[in-house]
Amino acid sequence: MTPRERDYVAALCAARAGLGLDVERPYLIENRLAAVARREGFGSVSELVRALRERGEERLVWAAVEACAPAHSSFFRDAEVFEALAGELQAAAEQGAALRVWSAACGAGQEVYSLAMLLDERGVEGVELFASDLSERRLEKAQAGIYSQFEVQQGLSARRLVRHFANGEDSFVLDPELRRRVRWRRLNLLEPATDLGAFDLVLCRYLLGALAPSARERVVGHLVAALRPGGRLVLGAEEAPPRACGLAPVAGAAGVFEIPAGVRAAA
Amino acid sequence: MKTCLVVDDSRVIRKVARRILEALGFQVAEAGDGADALNACRAEMPDAILLDWHMPVMSGPEFLRRLRREPGGADPRVIFCSAETELARIREALDDGADEFIMKPFDAEIVVGKLVAAGVA
Repeated sequence: MTPRERDYVAALCAARAGLGLDVERPYLIENRLAAVARREGFGSVSELVRALRERGEERLVWAAVEACAPAHSSFFRDAEVFEALAGELQAAAEQGAALRVWSAACGAGQEVYSLAMLLDERGVEGVELFASDLSERRLEKAQAGIYSQFEVQQGLSARRLVRHFANGEDSFVLDPELRRRVRWRRLNLLEPATDLGAFDLVLCRYLLGALAPSARERVVGHLVAALRPGGRLVLGAEEAPPRACGLAPVAGAAGVFEIPAGVRAAA
Repeated sequence: MKTCLVVDDSRVIRKVARRILEALGFQVAEAGDGADALNACRAEMPDAILLDWHMPVMSGPEFLRRLRREPGGADPRVIFCSAETELARIREALDDGADEFIMKPFDAEIVVGKLVAAGVA
């Protein structure tokens, strides 16, 4: 992959999905695109990039952009965050509230399923779980709820594994009841999501660092627009939203933000 | 310093596990089967045990059942580390008193996660 090809791909990913690819580490970009090149029948990454330039084929463009989006996800990443969120949802649900949660940039679904498991274990009903990702392929994997041996050993306790999964063919398959609790949709967070309704909780964890600075504000703005009054945005434990988004951290909850009451009233 | 007993009939696995555990600050002892492991525990009960399933002389599950009946044998956190992937067998191991379960092959990240989940790291 030449520097020119690398820069072309980086510009494409920034324009389409707001991704800020690390051009100092071109091997990472090449590695991800190599899988796309193989799948699409190209002899090399350079051939793929040439096709991206010359064909302008949307399906191929998105296959490349989606492959470059952050992919790492694991069950119960920052376990204490999930326990706290499940506790809050349980308390609100017991007060009779109809609650809605959006896992944005959900990857292969480990995050939203972590919450689904906790709600199931606590017997909490009436929480609507919605999840979205840029990548069609990751959404398909998430919906299927099929995970490798390596994936189910990242963050998932053995007790939860035997409780919520069944053996598949060289894999582990999540309980169909839990899979049915989640609704899925492909969404590009760079675009406003106007028809989703309002959410009590929006999770978007460990994505901001992968975005170009100019895209961060736009993405967080779209997420905040989807919050109900009093709703909360949950980022990665050490992440913070751009200052211009006007969010305030929730005391004692790392990575959790809300719109300050005064700002809400003014709006 | 916390102690961990690695019980596996494979020297290679014991060596790999030792390297990971020592990097985490554990003092590591080794045993090649369940009977050796039981003797080691009677001499000094470790904080954690990384336990293979299929071994000569005494299997992992048999060792675990006997360990839990020993004085002080309820204390060590026992993490199975086995090629077993059948969830029914894993459930049995948990019911018999295992605290966690690692499916081989494993890496340092998985071992650390399971030690944390078992409350020993």
